[in-house]
Amino acid sequence: MIREGIQEALKLLLRLDEAVIDAATRSLWVSIVAVVSASALGIATGLLLARKSFAGRSAVVVMFRVGMSVPTVLIGLLCYGLLSRRGALGEFELLYTTWAIVLGEFFLALPIVVTLTHGAISRLDRRVFETARTLGAGTVQRSMTYLREVRLAIMLAVLTAFSRCFTELGIAMMVGGNITGRTRTLTTATALETARGEFASGVAMSLILLTIALLVTLVMALLSRGSEETEL
Amino acid sequence: MIQRADSVTCLLDVRAGFRTVYRPHETQIRGSLETIMHSETSQSSAVLHGVFLLVAFLSGCGTQPAQQTGSTTSETGATTDAPTTEVTSRAQTVLKVASTTSTRDSGLLDILLPKFEKASHCRVDLIAVGTGAALKLGAAGDVDAVLVHARSAEEAFMAAGHGVRHEPIMHNFFIIAGPVDDLAGAAGTDAIAALRRISEGKHRFVSRGDDSGTHKLEQALWQKLGGRPEWNGFIESGQGMGPTLIMADEMNAYVLTDDGTWLKQSRDFQLVPLVSGANDLENPYAVMVVNPEKHPAVNSELANRFADFLISEQAQNLIASYEINGQRLFHADRLAEESSE
Repeated sequence: MIREGIQEALKLLLRLDEAVIDAATRSLWVSIVAVVSASALGIATGLLLARKSFAGRSAVVVMFRVGMSVPTVLIGLLCYGLLSRRGALGEFELLYTTWAIVLGEFFLALPIVVTLTHGAISRLDRRVFETARTLGAGTVQRSMTYLREVRLAIMLAVLTAFSRCFTELGIAMMVGGNITGRTRTLTTATALETARGEFASGVAMSLILLTIALLVTLVMALLSRGSEETEL
Repeated sequence: MIQRADSVTCLLDVRAGFRTVYRPHETQIRGSLETIMHSETSQSSAVLHGVFLLVAFLSGCGTQPAQQTGSTTSETGATTDAPTTEVTSRAQTVLKVASTTSTRDSGLLDILLPKFEKASHCRVDLIAVGTGAALKLGAAGDVDAVLVHARSAEEAFMAAGHGVRHEPIMHNFFIIAGPVDDLAGAAGTDAIAALRRISEGKHRFVSRGDDSGTHKLEQALWQKLGGRPEWNGFIESGQGMGPTLIMADEMNAYVLTDDGTWLKQSRDFQLVPLVSGANDLENPYAVMVVNPEKHPAVNSELANRFADFLISEQAQNLIASYEINGQRLFHADRLAEESSE
């Protein structure tokens, strides 16, 4: 079955199978949009949580930490409740669109980025903060300094969030709906092939997914290579 | 402006921490939740969502094994049936049956399987998957018997020598449901006419698109119409019946469904049944015993007993009297005196 899967994957890739390309680009697009927006909010939140003290801060930190373990199907269910015609956002008719998947994956990625950013900045040597302050850096400048210090950790956070989003199934199935040519992703396609009993095709889809994940990781590693000696 | 050494040590530190923090311990929970999702019965009212989620989550964790294995009651002893202490003490044989999710979700097997388990002192492990996957499992000898509802695929299965026995058990009917206003005018016609009107009017129609028994029937109907026309409102969900019905309801679209799933889920739907009981929408179920000559591991003796049980008068009566929401669901095929309702 595995060997058949590899053969099938190669066949599909060499043929540039339209359905596969379609699902793969959708998977990529959805996870990139979700991760980029979750990173924008998540890095800022993580920084804030690490550097600003306020009442209930540790509760918020714990909340985000637990948030990393929320199963994707639960996120899918919650988003379904929100986007359903009878839900709070029902009038926007977002259910069974790629935007619905983006929304769900945003909530999947956010706790990861927040927690890992927060952890990285919290672990920074105290001298970093002291030096920045004594050199008279403003708030924005200081923040940028901290982020620059932990850039590799943040890149890892973003990459982790991306892998989670790119490979998740529950959200895409539930609020995307696996509609042919509209909301089908590589993971829902894999689930469909498996349900069909086309196990080799299922393996092939997953192999294609893994190949793309590998490429993304390599690109990120190359990007970070210029500044850091350590490998990703 | 800041010392390099510091930042490097701290990064290593962060990564070590990162490794210990980020572990996919949620896999188990996710597994059971995915089962709930695929059990096609959970999503009902978006209004009661918060409460429902918790309930589904908790009850799902508890009931999932019982659902998957048909009934584990005789094994665990924790049971709502009569006490089965004798069975528990005996070494048990296991019958593995592949069936479809819609068969499982009808709830009928929850009635039938415990009876068979008690009578034959065995345990039945029910593997509910798509029709295609169920047949694959049978062909690979991973299960002892296959209980599906896709007549032509069953014939191919038998012709290929994967099965040694094929017994029709029961049938029910598919229905076509759609919006209340029924702009296509499908109500009161047969399936072919309804599909023609839906496609000609370019109304929204949600198809399973998953090679399931239901999808195969739909394809056969399109075939009779000379092939399915392409139109923008034709949507392929690629999912089980439950999620597909929810999608159709959300989109206010027409949909072809088995009446079991429909009866279970439709209570708070806005869709209404439009075509039901039509001759071209019959859905026959059959059990097949997997060929033990191809796969020595197959428990053929028990599988044959299972087939005998399903066509026995006792089981046939249970099938004929099985109700969902006060409505009879199946017509038993082997009951001589069954009246046509």
